[in-house]
Amino acid sequence: MSTAPNKQPGDPETTGHEWDGIEEFNNPLPRWWLWTFYLTIIWGIGYTIAYPAWPLIQEATPGLLGYSTRAEVAEEISRVEAANADIESRLASIELTEISADPELQQYAVNAGAAVFRSWCSQCHGSGAAGVQAAGYPNLLDDDWLWGGDIEAIHYTIAHGIRNTEDFDARFSEMPAFGDILSEEEIAQVVAYVQQISGQEADATLVSAGAEIYLDNCASCHGDNGEGIRDLGAPNLTDAIWLYGGDAEALTYQIVNARNGVMPPWTNRLSEAEIRAVATYVHGLGGGETLEE
Amino acid sequence: MSSTDTEDPKLYAAREPVFPRRVSGAFRTFKWWFMGLALGIYYITPWIRWDRGPNLPDQAVLVDLAHRRFFFFMVEIWPHEFYFVAGLLIMAGLGLFLFTSALGRVWCGYACPQTVWTDLFILVERWVEGDRNARVRLWKSKWDFRKWRLRLTKWAIWLLIAVATGGAWVFYFTDAPTLLVDLLTFSAHPVAYTTIAILTATTFLFGGFFREQICIYACPWPRIQAAMMDEDTITVGYRDWRGEPRGKHRKGEGAEALGDCIDCMACVNVCPMGIDIRDGQQLACITCALCIDACDDVMEKIGKPRGLIDYMALSDEVRERGGKKPLSIWTHILRPRTMLYTSLYTIVGIGLVVALFLRQEIDVTVEPVRNPTFVTLSDGSVRNTYNLRLRNLTLEDRRFHLSLTSDALLRIDLEGTDELVVDVPANQMVQQRVYVIAPPRSEAATASLTDLRLWVEDLESTDRAYRDTVFNGRDQ
Repeated sequence: MSTAPNKQPGDPETTGHEWDGIEEFNNPLPRWWLWTFYLTIIWGIGYTIAYPAWPLIQEATPGLLGYSTRAEVAEEISRVEAANADIESRLASIELTEISADPELQQYAVNAGAAVFRSWCSQCHGSGAAGVQAAGYPNLLDDDWLWGGDIEAIHYTIAHGIRNTEDFDARFSEMPAFGDILSEEEIAQVVAYVQQISGQEADATLVSAGAEIYLDNCASCHGDNGEGIRDLGAPNLTDAIWLYGGDAEALTYQIVNARNGVMPPWTNRLSEAEIRAVATYVHGLGGGETLEE
Repeated sequence: MSSTDTEDPKLYAAREPVFPRRVSGAFRTFKWWFMGLALGIYYITPWIRWDRGPNLPDQAVLVDLAHRRFFFFMVEIWPHEFYFVAGLLIMAGLGLFLFTSALGRVWCGYACPQTVWTDLFILVERWVEGDRNARVRLWKSKWDFRKWRLRLTKWAIWLLIAVATGGAWVFYFTDAPTLLVDLLTFSAHPVAYTTIAILTATTFLFGGFFREQICIYACPWPRIQAAMMDEDTITVGYRDWRGEPRGKHRKGEGAEALGDCIDCMACVNVCPMGIDIRDGQQLACITCALCIDACDDVMEKIGKPRGLIDYMALSDEVRERGGKKPLSIWTHILRPRTMLYTSLYTIVGIGLVVALFLRQEIDVTVEPVRNPTFVTLSDGSVRNTYNLRLRNLTLEDRRFHLSLTSDALLRIDLEGTDELVVDVPANQMVQQRVYVIAPPRSEAATASLTDLRLWVEDLESTDRAYRDTVFNGRDQ
C-alpha cells in the first residue's frame, strides 16, 4: 500500500482502494458541505411540520400551513369554471340550432362534449362512440338514428333517456317477444322476409309467407315498407345497419326474445350546458342530421 | 509507522480562502474581451427588437411559453417542430466534445457562466478591497469600521450585479420593455419575482462565496471532460523538465544546477482555483491560462524564454525531454477524433438549416381515427374518419381546399360543412374532421387497406401539400 510513485510528502491519506495502479485520496469533505447536510435535515423536519406528512391511523398530520392537494385541485377547478361561466351560460341559453352558427361556441361545445362523453357515455357507447353491437349499444358514428339524429332529437334523448323508470318523459317503446306469439316456422319466414328487404340473400320459398306475417305483426311499428318509425324508436330494417346484428341467427333471437335497450336520463346528473355540449359532440361525429324546418 | 498514521484522518476541512492576484498578459486581455462579449450578449439580447408584423411579438429572441412558440430573429418554432431545439442541443453537445478533445477545458476556462461571473465578482472585489496582499490583510484584520465598510460596499455591488443577472433572465420569456415596467411598478407576475430572487441568490452566492468549490464539488463537467481529453489535447501544463529543480536564483550559488522555475509562486497567487499547476494535471484546474500570463511575465523579467507554463499537448513531453521541438498545434488538433466531431457537427448543422428552409408554409398532419377503424353507413357504404390539423404559419388568413386522389373509387366529405374548404386564420391551427367514403360493395369497401393521398391546396397562392394515408375496408 501507498507505494504510488507520485506520492509526495504532504499528500492526504489514500483510501486503500486501487485500480490499475490508480489510488484514491481520502480528502476531507468541505465543512460547509456538512452544514448544508444538517440544514437539509432541519429543513426536512420543518417541512413535515408545515405540510401534511406523518401517516396516522385515519389520515396524515395536516400540517400547519393547511395545504392540501385536493383543496388545490378544487381551487383550480373553480377557477376554470369561473373562467368558463360566460360561455357555459351562453351555451345553456342559446337556441340549440344556433350553436353551430357560432364557431367559438361550437368549438367549445365539441371539446367540452368530448370530455363529458368520455366520462359518462363511453362505458356503453365506447370511447370512440362506435357502440357495442353484441350488447345492443348503438353506434353513434353512422347516419342511422333510432329516435332521430338532429340536434334537438339527440338533446332530448340524452336529457330524458330511453325506457328508464326515472324520467316520465323518457322515450318509450317496447317490442313484444314473438316467441310466444308466432310459431318457429312463422318466425323463420319473417326472418327471411326481413333479410330480403335489407338486401341480403334469403330463402325465396319463405319470403312471400314472411311478408304476410310481417304486415300483420311488425308493420305497425316498423312501417309497411320496413323503414322504421322514429317516433316509436322502431329501427329501419331495410338499411345496412343493425342494432343487434342482421344475420338470420341474430334476427331470430331478437324476434323471439325482443331485447329492449335502456338509457338513463342525464338531466339529474349533468348540467344543461353539459348535455348541450355532449349533444353537439355526438351530432358532429359524422351522422348528424339538419333539422327540417 | 509514524504517529501521524495512527491518528484518525480529518473528515471535514474548512475552505482555504483564495485571493487571486491581478495579472496582465495576452490571455488575460482575451478573457476581458470574451467576458465583455458574453455578458453583453446575455444582458442585451432580450432588448433587440425584430418586426414581425401585427399580432406577433417584436422581440428578436423570445421563449413564449404561454403561446408555445420560440422566436429567434427570422425563425419561429412551433411546439411540433421541437426537433429543431433537440438538434441544437445535439450540436451543443458535439461542440463540447469537439472543443474538449481539441483544446481541453476551454469551456470551463473562458465561457462557463460560473467562470465569467466569478471573474466579474473578483474584479469588483479587487476594485473595492485592493489586490491580493491588501485582501489577505483585510481578511486577517478585526471587524472594525473599515472592514465593515469595504465588505458591505463589495456585497452591495455584487448584489446589484446578481439582481441584474436574474432580472435579465426573465426578459427572455416575455416582452422585455413591458415586463420591466411591470417589475418596477410591482405588478409583474409572482413567477417573475420568484425567478429573479432565485437567480439573484445563486449568482450572489456562487460568484461571491462558492466560486471554485462549485467546479470542484458540484459540477459534473470536470469528471466528464477529463474522459474526453487525450494526450494530443492542447491544455495548460508546466514544463517540469525545464523548470525543475526549482529554487531561488541567488548570485554565486550555483544557479546553473537549478531549472528555470524560481519558485516565485506567481502562478499560484493568480490562480482563481487556488491550485499549483506545477503539481501536474488536476481536476481543479479549469485551464483559465492566467498562470501562463503570470509566468511569462516573470520569465521575461529574469531573461528566460516564455512558456515554462504554457498550452501544450502532453504527448510532446517525450519529444521535448529528448531535446526535440514539439509538434505544431495543428498537428495535434487535426486528428481523426476531432475531424469526426467536426463532420458530425457540420452534418447536424447543415441538416437543421436545410430543414428550416424546406419547411412548408402549409403544415398539415393527418391522424387517421382508428377507434373504430371504419363505420358502415345505412346504404352499406364504408366510411373512414381522419382528424386533420391544419396550421397556417403565415400572417394572413388562408382558405384551404381539400381533395383526395386514389386508385380506388373514394369520396371526400367534411364535418360541419357542405364545401371542401377550411378557413384557417393567420398564425393559428384548426382541426377538421374529414370523412372518406367508399361506395357499397366497392373494392375499397371490401378490401383490407387502400392507399390514398389527401391534398391540401391554398386557394389564393395555389400552394399544395399532400399526406399519404390508408383507407380501412371491411376486411380487417
